[in-house]
Amino acid sequence: MIEYWHLFIAFLIPGIVGYGGGPASIPLIEYEVVQRFSWMTTQEFAEVLALGNALPGPIATKMAGYIGYEVGGVLGATVAISATVIPSLVAMIVLLKLLVKYKNSPKVKRMTALIRPAIAILLGVLAYQFFQTSYEAAGLVQTIILIVLSFLALERWNIHPAYVIVGALTYGAIFLA
Amino acid sequence: MTTLDFPLQKDIFISFFRTGMLGYGGGPATIPLVHKEVVETYGWMDDEEFSDILAIANTLPGPIMTKMAGYIGYQVGGKTGLVTALAASVLPTVVIMIALISVLINYREAPIVQGMTSAIAPVVGVMLFMLTFNFLRHSKKDLGWKVAIALSVVSLIAFELLGLHPAILIGALIIYALLKKSPSNNKKEGEAA
Repeated sequence: MIEYWHLFIAFLIPGIVGYGGGPASIPLIEYEVVQRFSWMTTQEFAEVLALGNALPGPIATKMAGYIGYEVGGVLGATVAISATVIPSLVAMIVLLKLLVKYKNSPKVKRMTALIRPAIAILLGVLAYQFFQTSYEAAGLVQTIILIVLSFLALERWNIHPAYVIVGALTYGAIFLA
Repeated sequence: MTTLDFPLQKDIFISFFRTGMLGYGGGPATIPLVHKEVVETYGWMDDEEFSDILAIANTLPGPIMTKMAGYIGYQVGGKTGLVTALAASVLPTVVIMIALISVLINYREAPIVQGMTSAIAPVVGVMLFMLTFNFLRHSKKDLGWKVAIALSVVSLIAFELLGLHPAILIGALIIYALLKKSPSNNKKEGEAA
């Protein structure tokens, strides 16, 4: 029983104090899992993280699900995922319900307009980080080829992102392996 | 939500399942995919609403993807929609992770896996960049290009040069917008707030 409580705490804290989405909360999860509760060594954690990054989907819940499962089976996975997801989701729903209620107020309209450039820049910075990762992993030429091809596919030829992503994975398996 | 709208729940499931299974690089990297599904494919909300949701998600702590999935699912399909969207975005990838980890540990260093991982990064970058551009264009329409560019430059300096946490800047903008007195005829409302 105490194990489930520990899992709950270990994933609740990164979910509450971690800003910037799942990837930003990884060091906090590592602290709980490796330093505090010693469920894994730093090396094991790094391996699981590397694998988690090679698989699709949100990273925080993949880590929570896997570590929870290792520590406490299916129930452990459920506890860890719930602790990761629920607190911030509840806050999100409460805040947005308020926002929707006052949707037509000029203040809320102004708020929407004012925060949009900041959000745009945030996405732009994130885009830049992905370009940088690619530059370090695949080099400048491959990065430019992939940028141009995926831009044309998505923007000019209107190909659904699903096909573009599968295409890129195939390209990587053949040309970057 | 008294009756269960099955086709709607199916659409919610499909949209977030696709988003989860196609998103490489963690939750934030899947934002353009969520945008594609909920704004373009299913038309559940417009750009403005999506950008508000994204802003609040960024202001609050915790994973981005599950906050967005949970809220959008809730808004589109009630409590059932919330559970559907969360399950679709989280469960398949967790199950894959648990099931495949022992197999994958042997192939982690395999060049083919490395190649696939490095090829996906620039594509995610392009998708994020397109969404950036889309938001900036809308901002120009809302605020005029002078204010839009000024706010963008201030944000860029705050995030990149000063290392200010995004939640602080967004939080400050929200508070400013809500507390500042509205011009002339809305004065009364401003005093009441």
